[in-house]
Parts: sequence; structure tokens; C-alpha cells
Amino acid sequence: MSGSLRDTNLEGWNRPPVIVPDGEGELLEVAMGPHHPSTHGVFRMDLALDGERVVRLKPVFGYLHRNHEQIGETVSYLAMMPYTDRLDYICSLTNNWAYALAVEKLVGQAVPERAEYIRVILAELTRIVNHASAIGFLIQEMGASGTPLMYAFREREKILDLFESLTGSRMMCNYMRFGGCRVDPSAAWLDATRKVVAGLPQFAHEFENLLMSNEIVMARCQGVGKLRPELAINAGVTGPMLRASGVNYDIRKVDHYGVYDRFKFRVPLGDHGDIYDRYMVRVLEIHESIGILEQALKEIPGGPVMDPKAKIRGFRPKPGEAYGRIEGPKGELGFYLISDGGNSPYRFRVRPPSLINLTVLEDMCLGHNVADVVLIFGSVDIVLGEVDR
Amino acid sequence: MEEGLKIELGKQGVFVTTIEELYNWGRKNSVWPMQFGLACCAIEMIATTMARYDLARFGAEVFRPSPRQADLMIISGTVTKKMAPQVVRLYNQMAEPRYVIAMGACAISGGPFKQGYNVLKGIDRYIPVDVHIPGCPPRPEALLQAFMTLQKKIEEQPLTGEGRPRHLDAEAQGEFPVPVQGEHDLEPTSNKLVWPLPVVIR
Amino acid sequence: MKSVEEIKAAIEAAVPGAGVEIVPNPSPSGQHSLRLLPSHAVAVAYFLRDDEDLGLDFLSNLTGVDHLDKEIAEKVKVTRQVTKTVDGVEQTVDEVVEETRKHMEPGYLETVYHLFSMAKKHGPVVLRMRTVNRTDEVELPSVTPVWRSAEFQEREVFDLYGVVFTGHPDLRRLLMWPEFKDHPMRRDYKEPDDFEYEPTPHDTVLARAKDHKAAVAGQEGTGTGL
Ligand code: SF4
Repeated sequence: MSGSLRDTNLEGWNRPPVIVPDGEGELLEVAMGPHHPSTHGVFRMDLALDGERVVRLKPVFGYLHRNHEQIGETVSYLAMMPYTDRLDYICSLTNNWAYALAVEKLVGQAVPERAEYIRVILAELTRIVNHASAIGFLIQEMGASGTPLMYAFREREKILDLFESLTGSRMMCNYMRFGGCRVDPSAAWLDATRKVVAGLPQFAHEFENLLMSNEIVMARCQGVGKLRPELAINAGVTGPMLRASGVNYDIRKVDHYGVYDRFKFRVPLGDHGDIYDRYMVRVLEIHESIGILEQALKEIPGGPVMDPKAKIRGFRPKPGEAYGRIEGPKGELGFYLISDGGNSPYRFRVRPPSLINLTVLEDMCLGHNVADVVLIFGSVDIVLGEVDR
Repeated sequence: MEEGLKIELGKQGVFVTTIEELYNWGRKNSVWPMQFGLACCAIEMIATTMARYDLARFGAEVFRPSPRQADLMIISGTVTKKMAPQVVRLYNQMAEPRYVIAMGACAISGGPFKQGYNVLKGIDRYIPVDVHIPGCPPRPEALLQAFMTLQKKIEEQPLTGEGRPRHLDAEAQGEFPVPVQGEHDLEPTSNKLVWPLPVVIR
Repeated sequence: MKSVEEIKAAIEAAVPGAGVEIVPNPSPSGQHSLRLLPSHAVAVAYFLRDDEDLGLDFLSNLTGVDHLDKEIAEKVKVTRQVTKTVDGVEQTVDEVVEETRKHMEPGYLETVYHLFSMAKKHGPVVLRMRTVNRTDEVELPSVTPVWRSAEFQEREVFDLYGVVFTGHPDLRRLLMWPEFKDHPMRRDYKEPDDFEYEPTPHDTVLARAKDHKAAVAGQEGTGTGL
């Protein structure tokens, strides 16, 4: 990390710079979205263009605002678990984990060791699915329609089959519980997982070699959409995007939640904070995740997957509050719960990494062409279900 | 014409058909969906187009980003009140003949989020839906099944008389009113023509 | 990391008159919070961010909480002098009686901030602020100039709870459409009458159906089917 916050001019330094349009002509105002093939769903950006150059960008949210927080305050703690699947619908299992972790903090619930290992395995598989699809979508937006995404989805199907055989659903797994996991994976499932994991390094290398040194990818990604580390920290950016700017902050290493301190893995960091770094950080994280998976699958102990003392029915935490967070594939996913002693939370809040990572979208896009906006936006890696909740 | 005679003629190298059959055969095998994802179900829709499920087998792999070039709108996900006017507007922009598949519990009725203040309780309040797929999310196989159902529906549409496709019916309603976002809710809350309130007779 | 008491002392040393109050959290998570006075909040925020030891450079989570007006019934012990006859002699004795006293506690909107440090890798420090009431005095200072990550989250709290952040550069609704008038996450928000016929209404659905029937009674052309 270069420079500290203190050397910067505090007066308005964290506002986006103002780009002065060229003297002639008018600014063209474009509403990009909510139906636009590159916006990953229903996201809208109001752009002001000077020719091809972006001089202003205002994101507009809410087209997928599904009232998770309101629903969370009316249904019971356990009934909220399936809704968390639908927050970031590519990585339902990490959402489950974050929510379970927050509730476990709220009531002081312990989790058996085997369950912790299963959580790590599932979370890392989810991370691979997410990063592979994110890269696939990014390259698709660059114009390579289909091929990289097909590679990503081919691998995704293999992993989804594992999820399905364990949890009963491909996407909406609803698997974790407060104090453990819902079902114990059989030895056959673990073997099948080992087999899939054994095939992953080859996929990762193939996927990497497919694109890493591609001339078009390099020309369009390098030096585009730069994000300064100081701004990234100040704007609360988390996840691969923060690390691509060179800030070493991985909640798996910082909070030591679960059993992550037992595994050896490295945290990939970028130097420039441009699109290419974000893309490479994701590729390297896939490699690290495979490493964690191999270790976890080797060491996984026996035992129960659910704390026998855990309460499931009539779950009423004592009054109090807790904030629990994990390193989701997109960044820091946190849940903030206030209990008033009832059977549903008094306040249920999701801290969405995707929404907060978009704070700096304008800063990254200013001065670039419209075509680059699509790429910069793709490199943030958002899911609308989580942005709008 | 008799079925047996037709087969007999076919053996002789003479193929007999009706305009209606030929026309619908062509239509049903080139349904181009609009590239329009709303929420979680859209991910399953993308998975359907990928190698494993291969929607291309049904002549529908060409996802068009523009509504003007699309025949089919797959409403894949939750329609919120903020999004509903845009969905209706996109539907209005599609050229006839156009079809709608409501994919997933959310598009049908609001699904798990039905009680939310910003969630539209089913898209058939504003536009007519041809095929509903239950599920949350429906599996890709279910989307394929919906496709086949839609193809069957297209195949069976007569070209004249009652039940003909809307582009052959001069009187048919083409524009659907776009709801306005009001101070508390959408106005009107439903299009009474496509979603009449039920009347219970006791 | 410093404990909440130490942070409180540090703040009070650096920002005189900050009036920080510790809000204990009885849950096992042990995340106690500090309540700030809105008048000094921005100065405290700058201090927390720039202090050498704390270095809370990362505002992770910012959210609102709604507390309705509520009637508080308290049991108070009151000592009264009663005249009693003990063993035939009249005496004045002190007696402790329990009385229930009721008073209205005005509701308020609260914002909660979770701060972490990326440089020092510690956290969370939880801050809270309250508005005066829920209706007209709902201003709180914005911390967007201090932490940019507050930008969208404050807009969201403004949208869903109606807290007005003074000093926010661009305070508009974030999630609902601009014409929308209500603040839907407030606990007394009533959804518009959006009735849907159900063959077997029960519980809340039945209550809604009844409300709807009462609302449209007498209007013509509203074939409710009930
Ligand atoms: S039906 Fe289920 S999967 Fe589909 S959009 Fe709704 S919540 Fe998501």
C-alpha cells in the first residue's frame, strides 16, 4: 500500500474528479440499462458522454430490490436461511455461511470440526464457480461470445452436481444451520468431490492459458479502470477488487473464522489495480482455492456435523446484536442482526459487497470510452440480487 | 387429406402439406428469445444455453439483445415494481408474433418474495403469459420442457378464425398500457384486460 | 485492539465535549458500541480514522434502525409510611410498595456504523447515533466526506428509513423510484392495498382480505370476488 490517508488533501479528495468537456457541442446523456446485455441483469447507469468519453456516470439501483431486509424482520431466523441463497445467487453457500456465522455469534454457538471443514470445502468450491463465471462474463463482454463462458459453465456443472447430490438443489442449497450443517456428506460424496477437485488444476491452467496472454485481452484490460489503493480502502471496496489494487486484506486471514488458519494459502495481490489485475487476481485465487480444497479434503475429520446442543425449533436468541462477516467471493459479506428476544430479528441487515464495490465505479470510468465502461463494470463482478437485495 | 394417403405419397417422393403446417413448422423452429435476465432464474437460463443442456437443439440459441429482433421473452426472475414498467415497455416493443414464458415462482406470483413491498405479484398482471414454469429456480430441463410446450402451442395455432396468432388478427390488442410509478404503488396495479379479478359465484 | 472504554477515553481526550456513551451489548458476541452526539460526530469520525493507534480507515457497514414510540411500564419501589396497629399499639412504619408507572418514550431513528482497520487489521468498532424523533427532526451528519463507502449506504438509509444526512453530496433515493413517498423499512409502514384473491385465506392474508373488503365497500366496479 502506497501513501497513507494523511498525506492526501482531505477536502473533497475522495470525490470523483470533475472532467471538463471539450468546448464544442453538447453532452450526450445516455441511460444504459436496466435492460442492457452487459449489465448482468437489471442495472442502470446514467452516463454523460462527450463524444465517446465518459464525463459523468451515475448508477441507478433498485430494479431488483426484493426487500430481503424487510422479510428478514418478519420471518423466523431459520426461515431466513433459504432467502440468503437468493442474495448472491451464484454463491449461495457462502451466503449461508455468513448468515450462520452471524447468528452463531449472536447466540455464542459452537460448530463441530467436521462441519467447519465441510463449510470450507463448499465455500471454496463456490469461490471457484464464482470466479470462473465472473471471468467468463468479463471476456464475453469483450466480444468473445460464448467460448470462455462455456468453459466456465462446463466446470460449474460438475460442481453443481456435487452440490445437488449433497444438498438437493443445484443453486439454492439452503445447507447450513446455526451450529453446523444440515446433512452429513457420505464417503462417496467426498470421493466424488476429490475426483472433481483432482480435475480442477487442469481446468484452471487451461482457462488461464486460453486468455492470459491474449493480445486483445491485454490491450483492452491493461491500464484501464485503475483504482488507487487509498481510494479503494476509503470507499470500502473489498474482495478481489481491493486486492488487485495491492491492499493485503483477506478476511480469511484477518478474522480466522472457521478453520482457515489451518490451511496454507497465499493471498494474490495486484500492482496496478486495473482490469487485468482484477482478472489475474481471480485466476490466482482459483489456484489457491484448489490448494485449500486439497488440504481440507485430506484432513477432514469424522464426527457430528451438527452441534448436539444447538437449538433448531423455537430458536429465540437473547436480546443483543452481532455483526458477522466472511470473505465471500465478491468481497466482505456481512450480516448485522439485532435480537429483541423474539423469534425473528428486530433488525436484519445485509452488508452487500457488490453494492459497496460499485461506489468507485464512477471514479474508474471517468475519461474512458463507453466500450471500456462495459469492461470496467464487468471487472467489478457484481450480482444484482445482492446489490439491490 | 388422409394420413395414410399422405404417407403413401411420401413414399413416392411427393410431399403434401398445408400452408398452415408449413408456416407453423417454420415458426416453431426458429423462436429467438430476448436476452433478458432479471434474477436468479436468469443464471439457469444461461446454463440452459450452455453446452450441457444446449438450447440450440430447439432452434433457439440466438439470444437477441434487442426486443425488435426477438419472438420470445423469457421473464426469468423477480419483477419488481420498479422494473415492471420497463418489462411492459420491452414487451410492447417486440414485434408480433411474440410469446412470453414466465420462468420461476417469482415471475408467476412473486414467489418467495411475495410479501415484499417492491415486488410485483406476478407478471401476468400486465402482459399475457403463454407458458408458466414453476420452480425456484426451475431446472434447465424445465425450461426445455417449457420450450417444447411453446413449440407445440405454436404448431397448433390455426392461421384463420378464433385463436389465430395476434399478428394475423387486425383487431388484436397490440399495445399494453405501461404502469406508472406513483407515490405509493404502481398505477394501475393491474391491467384488467389481461388479469381480470376473479368472481366467485356462490 | 483497544477496548471500548479506552476508545471512549481517547475520543474524549481528542474531541472535547464529544459526549460518548457506551452502549453495552449483552449478547455473547460482545460487540459493545459507542453512542455519539450528532453535533460532534464528524470530528470524532476524523479522529477515529486518522488516529495512529486506531486507524479505522474502513467503514464496513452503515445501517439504520427504527425504534417506534413505546409505552414503558416500569415497576418502581416506593417507600410509604403506613400506620399500622401492632400488638394493640398504633405505629407508623415504612413499607415498600411496588407501583407501576407508565410513560411514553418517544421513538427515534438510529444509525449504526461498523468500523474496521485495514492497516492494523482489527475491528469492529461499533458507533451509533440517534435522531431526536421520527417525524421532523431526523437530521444526522453525513460521514461520506470521511469514508466514501458511506455514500450509497447513507442514501439507502435515507430511502428506507428517512434519515436526512446533512453534508451528503448527493442525497437521493437509492432503491425505490424517485416519486415514491414512503419510507418502507420503518416499522409502521403500511403497504398499499394490493389485494389478491385467495381461496383459503388465513392469518395475515385473512386480515388483509378484510381490510380490503372494508376499503372497497361501496365502490362500484370493484368485483372483489369475496
Ligand atoms: S423463482 Fe426463485 S430462483 Fe427464480 S428469481 Fe425467484 S427467487 Fe430467484
